[in-house]
Amino acid sequence: MRKYTDLEYLKLNKWQRAGHKILSFFAGIPQGIWNFIKKIGLGLGKAGKAIGAEFKDIVDTFVHGDWKTKLSFPIMGFGSIARGQVLRGILFLLFEIIFIGYMVLTGGYWLSMLPSLGKQGPEKGYDPIYDQPITIFHDDSFKILLYGVLTIFFIIAFIYTWRVNVRQNKISEEILKSGKKLKSGKDDLRSMVDDNFHKTLLALPMTGIVIFTVLPMVFMVLVAFTNYSAAYNGYSNNLFHWVGLDKFNQLLSWKSVQGGQSYAATFGEILVWTLIWAFLATFTNYFLGILVAMMINKKGIQFKKVWRTILVLTIAIPQFISLMYVSKLFAENGYFNLKLFNDMHLFTKALPFWQDKTWARVMVVLINIWIGIPYLMLMATGILMNIPQDLYESAKIDGASAWQQYRKITLPYMLFVTGPYLLTSFIGNMNNFNVIYLLTGGAPVNPAASSAAGSVGYTDLLITWLFKITQGGEKADYALASVIGILVFLVVSLISLVVYGLMPSVKNEEDFQ
Amino acid sequence: MKTRKSLPSGIVMLIVAACLIAVCAPLILWIRHAAAMDSASFMETCQTIVHRIAHPFPIDPDHMGAVLLTILMLLLLAIAVVLVIVAVINLLRGPRDEQSRHMGLRTANAISNTAIHILLVVISVIWLLPFIFIVLQSFRVESTYQVGYIIPEKWGFDNYVSIFSAGSNFPRWYLNTFIMALATAVLQTVIVLCMSYTLSRFRFKMRKPLMKFMLVLGMFPGILGMIILYRILSDLGLTQAHAVPGLILVYVASSGMGYYVSKGFFDTIPKSLDEAARVDGATRAQVLFKIILPLSKPIVIYTILTAFMAPWGDFVFAKYASMNNQLGMNVAVGMNTWLATPSMLFANYTKFCAGGVVVAIPVVILFMCLQRYYVEGVTGGAVKG
Repeated sequence: MRKYTDLEYLKLNKWQRAGHKILSFFAGIPQGIWNFIKKIGLGLGKAGKAIGAEFKDIVDTFVHGDWKTKLSFPIMGFGSIARGQVLRGILFLLFEIIFIGYMVLTGGYWLSMLPSLGKQGPEKGYDPIYDQPITIFHDDSFKILLYGVLTIFFIIAFIYTWRVNVRQNKISEEILKSGKKLKSGKDDLRSMVDDNFHKTLLALPMTGIVIFTVLPMVFMVLVAFTNYSAAYNGYSNNLFHWVGLDKFNQLLSWKSVQGGQSYAATFGEILVWTLIWAFLATFTNYFLGILVAMMINKKGIQFKKVWRTILVLTIAIPQFISLMYVSKLFAENGYFNLKLFNDMHLFTKALPFWQDKTWARVMVVLINIWIGIPYLMLMATGILMNIPQDLYESAKIDGASAWQQYRKITLPYMLFVTGPYLLTSFIGNMNNFNVIYLLTGGAPVNPAASSAAGSVGYTDLLITWLFKITQGGEKADYALASVIGILVFLVVSLISLVVYGLMPSVKNEEDFQ
Repeated sequence: MKTRKSLPSGIVMLIVAACLIAVCAPLILWIRHAAAMDSASFMETCQTIVHRIAHPFPIDPDHMGAVLLTILMLLLLAIAVVLVIVAVINLLRGPRDEQSRHMGLRTANAISNTAIHILLVVISVIWLLPFIFIVLQSFRVESTYQVGYIIPEKWGFDNYVSIFSAGSNFPRWYLNTFIMALATAVLQTVIVLCMSYTLSRFRFKMRKPLMKFMLVLGMFPGILGMIILYRILSDLGLTQAHAVPGLILVYVASSGMGYYVSKGFFDTIPKSLDEAARVDGATRAQVLFKIILPLSKPIVIYTILTAFMAPWGDFVFAKYASMNNQLGMNVAVGMNTWLATPSMLFANYTKFCAGGVVVAIPVVILFMCLQRYYVEGVTGGAVKG
């Protein structure tokens, strides 16, 4: 495509400009991908160099260091203790002792089993005391994988600490050479609430995140490459093993599942609906929420506080109550059907709110509007009040109509300010488990996909499908669920990358300080 | 004033009306198709539609698309008719002078304000009605299932008595949730504030990578981690009947990732305050506790409030952790079991309403008291992204 100069671009009319923008966005994609690859390459190069520098530094420290430093290499913290920094030294030493103890006692076992995920499954045995057949359990693949991952985390932590220990020695030597005094244990403690206060503050939250978020995620990503499922639960029936990309192939294959549609078709169908849902849920809430906020804020509207309070009140009521209640209101023999069909005979049969594909999908979106608008209204109210009023004043003097003011001032301002929010809310809606699960549970069932794992329904999102697959009892397939989770992650990160690239300016966060 | 020369408004309106009518004609064809009357001739279709409009009920739900299109068509036609009438009046009256134009603007404003008031009333009714339904039905004693009327024939406290009677697990669920909410409110606030304050105030080497890492981490569907969290908790003995501490642990441990809103707040407190205190010899810890925290009351309350409300609504992980053990459920999971099957629904519907009211009351009261802080948090958080 041809490139315009600035002057040429300004000569274009509105439509040509929009066309040009869209074209240049798509034309920019190859370049963007290339840049991305280049970035990764550069990053890898940098990382390689950095690691090389680290090694060089370690060797240097050893070669040029005194005997205290040299002894610190095998015995962590020795140098610190010898130089009088007892507290630090003891902590280092303690960590090393714990690490070696752990590795010898259990860590080594988990690590050695990790490649095979267990050698001996449960076997039939015989209990001579009670005179009956029993099952003898041996390895537990789940535990091996879990503690294997933990052990690797631990080893990484150890290597890092060891590196810190070596660097510490080098720094101490330099300080002593220049004739200054080293920090005492008291100084160290004091720095925890002063110079290193951020480390103190972050310690607890980060520990929580590593153990309860990072570890499970790493584990589940690994599970996607095994055949972990109810039939191979790793302990009481069969061990599970590494199967490479088999589960990915299963999900993305076009082979029909027991006469029904293939997994790839089911996955594609649900993915498309998930995206449609996220789009509708985000933007209906967004624009209607702004609309309601503007109606309440309009000059000459009475009882502003009352309207606002009524809507805000509905935020306070726990969502599961409203969702489950409304879902029953629209059930086949719920209030609306009893009233409109049984009593008033307005319809020839009960309205299929949750029984028909289209009805259910429309209802889900509508009820989501009902749930979401109060929240959006609140947010929009705050932002609308932040728009500088003089913009409107001068627009009015220039004779702008209400619609023009909305188009040229309100909307651009809102979009600019809430751009990041729109993205997070889109992603949040893609993973909006509660609304779908508590309203429909995925119903109505999709008969073509009935033989796929988890009973797939027409309102199922990927996230509810994933949940159902893990809940399937005998048919539960955790590895398949993990594969879906990874694919959801890929879709979400792709969308985020594209949207961030499109945003006019990713704001500088220092602006407000 | 406007100098642009424009068509007389009457003529514009006539053109618009003609367009609207032109849109309606194809709609009729659509309706014919949607209502599966393809075999009928155009005239027959029109006759059927007219007949249906005269006798609209009962409607076949399968032909809802046709019904909606008919309503749309009628609306467009009505607008067209109004436009034609107004246009004719305008054309007959001739061009208007300045004063009457001003008057026209004022009437237009009054009309739109009235319309908005009516709309707001409708919105309020739609938003409040289900909750009024819940309250009314919780007092119904003549039947336990769903009925086609709202106002009970016989009033009473039977449902409330039954959920708090000896055999009921509801008090246990309530207590579970309440403990979880309190513990989460305290611990999560500490964690979130630590995290957000650090990321807002300190500039250290790992700061940017850390924030990016947490952004990426947040894109993983959290539900996926439950399988393993359940296993870890069950190895610790914190599932089923003892799910409460386990759930608190899970809620609190990963809450550091939700630092965005309060970081946005801390970002708005001027850094010069810190620097002044540092110059005066305060340690960083003193800066936090003596200077920043007293200024941060709104965000602290916001964090406490959201943390307190979350366990009341959590469903999926609470369901996992309790594993169908009645003693370890929170209210959401427990009350969901009341409605699990059609026969359960038949027996427990009004009980569910009563339970819903009991659950909602403390949360709503707390929320209404602290509403101001919530509003500040929501709006502030959105602005800072």
